Amino acid sequence: MKLSKLLITATVVAAGAATLATSALAQGKEQFFPLLSYRTGPYAPNGTPWANGKQDYLKMINARDGGINGVKLTFEECETGYATDRGVECYERLKVRPGVTLIDPQSTGITFALTEKAPVDKIPLLTVGYGLSMSADGMAFKWNFEMMGSYWTGADIILQAIGKSLGGMDKLKGKKVALVYHDSPFGKEPIPLLEERSKMHGFELQLLPVTAPGVEQKATWLQVRQSRPDYVLLWGWGVMNSTALKEAQATGYPRDKMYGVWWAGAEPDVRDVGMGAKGYHALALNGSGKDQKVIQDIVKYVHDKGQGTGPKDEVGSVLYTRGVMIQMLGVEAVRRAQERFGKGTVMTSEQVRWGLENLNLDQKKLDSMGFGGIMRPVSTSCADHMGSSWARIQTWDGAKWNIGADWYQADEQILKPMVKAAGDKYLADKKMKRRDPADCSS
Amino acid sequence: MLYRENGQFKTTYRSDQQIFPIAQDRIAIGLLLAVAFVAIPLFASEYFYTSILIPFVIMSLAALGVNLLVGYCGQISLGSGAFMAVGAYGAYNFFVRIPGLPLIPALILGGLCAMFFGILFGLPSLRVKGLYLAVATLAAQFFSDWMFLRITWLTNESPSGQVSVNKLKVLGMALDTPVARYLFCLSLLTLIALLAKNLVRGAIGREWMAIRDMDVAAAVIGIRPMYAKLSAFAVSSFIIGVAGALWAFVHLGSWEPAAFSVEVSFRLLFMVIIGGLGSIMGSFFGAAFIVILPIVLSRLLPAMGDLVGVELSTATVSHVELMTFGGLIVWFLIVEPHGLAKLWSMGKQKLRLWPFPH
Repeated sequence: MKLSKLLITATVVAAGAATLATSALAQGKEQFFPLLSYRTGPYAPNGTPWANGKQDYLKMINARDGGINGVKLTFEECETGYATDRGVECYERLKVRPGVTLIDPQSTGITFALTEKAPVDKIPLLTVGYGLSMSADGMAFKWNFEMMGSYWTGADIILQAIGKSLGGMDKLKGKKVALVYHDSPFGKEPIPLLEERSKMHGFELQLLPVTAPGVEQKATWLQVRQSRPDYVLLWGWGVMNSTALKEAQATGYPRDKMYGVWWAGAEPDVRDVGMGAKGYHALALNGSGKDQKVIQDIVKYVHDKGQGTGPKDEVGSVLYTRGVMIQMLGVEAVRRAQERFGKGTVMTSEQVRWGLENLNLDQKKLDSMGFGGIMRPVSTSCADHMGSSWARIQTWDGAKWNIGADWYQADEQILKPMVKAAGDKYLADKKMKRRDPADCSS
Repeated sequence: MLYRENGQFKTTYRSDQQIFPIAQDRIAIGLLLAVAFVAIPLFASEYFYTSILIPFVIMSLAALGVNLLVGYCGQISLGSGAFMAVGAYGAYNFFVRIPGLPLIPALILGGLCAMFFGILFGLPSLRVKGLYLAVATLAAQFFSDWMFLRITWLTNESPSGQVSVNKLKVLGMALDTPVARYLFCLSLLTLIALLAKNLVRGAIGREWMAIRDMDVAAAVIGIRPMYAKLSAFAVSSFIIGVAGALWAFVHLGSWEPAAFSVEVSFRLLFMVIIGGLGSIMGSFFGAAFIVILPIVLSRLLPAMGDLVGVELSTATVSHVELMTFGGLIVWFLIVEPHGLAKLWSMGKQKLRLWPFPH
């Protein structure tokens, strides 16, 4: 009896090992996009629309254009659960596929771990609006592409917006600004910039960490109640954001003095709080809504055919649109690489890296693709892996997000030296050198 | 007839005291080592190393350490993640602050840091035991979480709390390929497992087991509880610390305090309970179950879905994976509460009698 059980167990294990060993896929003329995502765990409400947007955009390009110049796009998702070790496993699993394009780790922690591995495997990391702030410097980080903004530019823009509302940056003097942050690399990233700015303008910076995942914030908000900061910056993700807004409501902290990063400014963060979050501001990395052409195309070519990844009414929400935008940057990098290395062929990840580094999406191009109202032009170069740092401020009115008309751009004069100094320290720690300018043409 | 030992007579104490007194066992272990050291490097792919073998080997080492404490000495600990973290950050600090320090001394120094930390948090074990001790060691976990998030000196003033190492070298050889990293971890594991096995067979292991089975009776026959308990904490946290340093240096390369969260402590405890308390072999089984099975399931389920023509979404696969994993844990513990190691030794026992069971 026991022996038969042992045999069953052994068979199950052997079958599993066999599946692991045979992961060979049919090779073909296909550009493969590994999609790391998290649809489970405490961050799933935010991770899911993001992942759905990324998938739907690839499906739409296949259905509408037949791929990129005839090259079909394929993808496979791998669930990380926002855990770094699972993310690394997913990366190792998917990176060996033929036609692998680039990796968007969808998590700051996984980005840190992969920053060490990507140069060895020669796979670019696309981290739009998150990741290592210092990796904007393309001369130090050849394989990282932190496009459209980092936590440093985000923090800078929030301070600019506060300054503007006060009538000038000099009015920040003597004010007290509290940073309520997720106690992880993600939450700590903005601190160096805030410290720099606090020295410049003479405001007091108060750091209030919240233990991950962020559902327990009573102690933090007790501190807010005690010290009454003039502004609260919210650096949260997932359940932490709505909890913070509820705590602010309970504490009686005015929500219109709260500014969230762009990861704290989507529908899942405020929907449950409703009117309780009225007046709360957050950065907007991208526009949202259903009236953009690209979103209508996705509805027409994917969702109306019954092939949508998530629910149809989620299409056009903030995080969904961000997923679409991030995937568009990846697809356009392949298109750009094809212009140089051969149209209609599958690009290697190294060639895609060149594409990412030479991206030039002007307003006309964005309008023609239907991204005109979603983002501002992006143009990357060898030295500048960010391409643009424009963002807007949006405000929750109790039922929907209203994006302000003003576009802000991070102050280059403050950021450039910080990025350079941080990159130099990183390279020195690793005993590595900056890229040779001649390397730019490769 | 498969496994017969008649005719193997021991005529010296030496041969009676071997680790594997039966010839077939010695051959099997020799074959296993040959496969692990020679055959696997000949065939395995890079994915196999980095995602399966290396995590499995390192977690086996950590589980081994936990098993010495929990399984052999009976001191339930929920602070194993903290010991790993102290080992990792300790080794990191020695590594970056002493230029030119080779990797192996750094690992040993990291293990020593974890050892002192373990002894410190083992002190309550002299007063409390069982669940109370588990909660007391949980304090070690929370303390280490706090320490590595807040004391920036320990993370070399890294603004985000994330630290990394690269360009590892052992005895002049670069650990830059997955094979080299795997063989390095495997050698350490083999060495430490051998030491641990001998330790638990010797006087000190017997003292631990006596304390585990009945501490009052052990004290009556002359075993010093303080010495036995603290030595168990010391040896165990040294091994866990080395495993933590390997996990950080060799497996992750770049890590944050969350890599050694309380979840790791729980997983290590599950490993020894599922694998088998008080068994060196059980640590390996437990590590395999907890580390490899979720990955196997996450790949097996979509393949099984394809067989019956159902396309499973990522979220469904991940949920089914968690349910299956939980179900299997319950099933294994019901079938054999003493863990997989007990199943294994029962299988061996059956084979010794086969085909005439009684």
